[in-house]
Amino acid sequence: MTPGATQAGETLRRPAPARLDPEAVRGEFPILRQTVRGKPLVYLDSAATTQKPRAVIEAISRYYEEDNANVHRGVHLLAERATRAFEEARVKLARLIGAADPHEVIFTRGTTESINLVAQTFGRTRVGAGDEVLVTGMEHHSNIVPWQMLCEEKGASLRVVPVTDAGDLDLDALEGLLGPRTRLLAVTQVSNALGTVNPIDEIVARAHAKGVPVLVDGAQGVPHLGVDVRASGADFYAFSGHKMYGPTGIGVLWGRREHLDAMPPWQGGGDMILSVTFEKTTFNALPYKFEAGTPDIAGAVGLGAAVDWMSALGLPAIAAHEHELLAYALEALAGVPELRLLGRPRRRAGAVSFLLGDVHPHDMATVLDRHGIAIRAGHHCAQPLMRRFGVAATARASFAVYNTRADVDALVRGLHAVREVFA
Amino acid sequence: MSDLTDLYQDVVLDHGRRPRNFGPLEGATHRAEGLNPLCGDHFTVYAKVDGGVLREAKFEGSGCAISKASASVMTGAVKGKTAAEIDALFEKFHRLVTEGPKAGEEADLGKLAVFGGVHEFPARVKCASLAWHALRSALGGKAEPVSTE
Repeated sequence: MTPGATQAGETLRRPAPARLDPEAVRGEFPILRQTVRGKPLVYLDSAATTQKPRAVIEAISRYYEEDNANVHRGVHLLAERATRAFEEARVKLARLIGAADPHEVIFTRGTTESINLVAQTFGRTRVGAGDEVLVTGMEHHSNIVPWQMLCEEKGASLRVVPVTDAGDLDLDALEGLLGPRTRLLAVTQVSNALGTVNPIDEIVARAHAKGVPVLVDGAQGVPHLGVDVRASGADFYAFSGHKMYGPTGIGVLWGRREHLDAMPPWQGGGDMILSVTFEKTTFNALPYKFEAGTPDIAGAVGLGAAVDWMSALGLPAIAAHEHELLAYALEALAGVPELRLLGRPRRRAGAVSFLLGDVHPHDMATVLDRHGIAIRAGHHCAQPLMRRFGVAATARASFAVYNTRADVDALVRGLHAVREVFA
Repeated sequence: MSDLTDLYQDVVLDHGRRPRNFGPLEGATHRAEGLNPLCGDHFTVYAKVDGGVLREAKFEGSGCAISKASASVMTGAVKGKTAAEIDALFEKFHRLVTEGPKAGEEADLGKLAVFGGVHEFPARVKCASLAWHALRSALGGKAEPVSTE
């Protein structure tokens, strides 16, 4: 079953309305109706994982109730339906990110696995002793550790693009770090800790001018801003389903066809092979070369439903709502005495990290939790970034399309309560 | 429903703000580091043991109000005790912070009883226990920092 050859799966596409209705959107998320400690749930931890709309939950249930079978193998009707649903999701994802060809969309467990896949295949063949791999100071551990491990294995060095006090990447320093031994640059589209939006198109252009391929971590980028992978010029793009209103356990690695074709296979097993003998095994074509074993079929179906759901709202409308909300939040937070935001980047999306006086973020989070408010306290899997700003941990409020001004107001009230406890 | 005041009692807040026995310990015979990687609590605990009895304990580092207060109260509570007594006290403290106050144990716990509310905040148990793990590691002569993970 080749991707792209699906027939009756096209969803009816109406033009998306320009502005979304926040209350109506919120109403599609069953989990948000609950109370926490007697108060309405105010969920401000979407950078950790997003909540799921009913449409996604139902798509997964429906798959198991009506269509479940293993994919790519069977000749029976259920196998046909499962395979179609799975491959349709792939096509939807390719369309979402602007990929030319669904064969370039590899299903993985998530961003972390996607990056490990690239490090262990493309990385292993491209990076040798004395070479350099370039990451940035604001990366999530998932976009640091696989490269560290590769460098350790190969005798290469990990170099780091510094972060300015404002929380932006130092692009002049980047220029200096793109050297003759640089084999790859790994950079995030949006920082999960600071919310900084990096100028990916420009960064890729600079890297390519020096012959350096680029992997972009799109985990926070896709849900808040979207991407056009061809226009950006990126060589690889990785993201997670559960950060974009889809289920956990599924994600995507997109790579340029010429890279994926040249890369050796990763995990060995069923599906990624054409023929197996004990003497020799030949490998399957893309994308299956990198999809060993039975995939998370339900996860892919759920992710496809998340793509449909986002597309129906329209990514521009989602981004506009979130942008307004973030601006409202930044202003509201500025009014809280002793509140210190981390960074003031040129462009921000999705998240804001902050400190309140000398109250430890962990204590802040406990007090807020008692008021029904869920934030994240800690290093946000970005310990180097925390160290760069001289803190062990921060509090982080992160927003998604289902958040409203009422959520921000509740957070501000909660922060005043925190101040009272620790006055 | 448990109240924030169950966790952040006045004594706890006081010890968090103005920790007792805070700073390096001259002539310490034992020391160990404790780290809670989840939230960044990081303490070094020092002890001066003489004739099998802990004469003095101090601590340094940074962390949340619960971990700091716990370390502070702990350094007072373990003074004059043997390693075996400290172990026994820790057992009672650990029960307190994971299960809650138990009849008959309050007298033994003394000041430590202020952490009776922690058990209703499971995410904070590690904060309350960190300094204790570090102290026991120090007395056990272990070299590597102890972690809550």
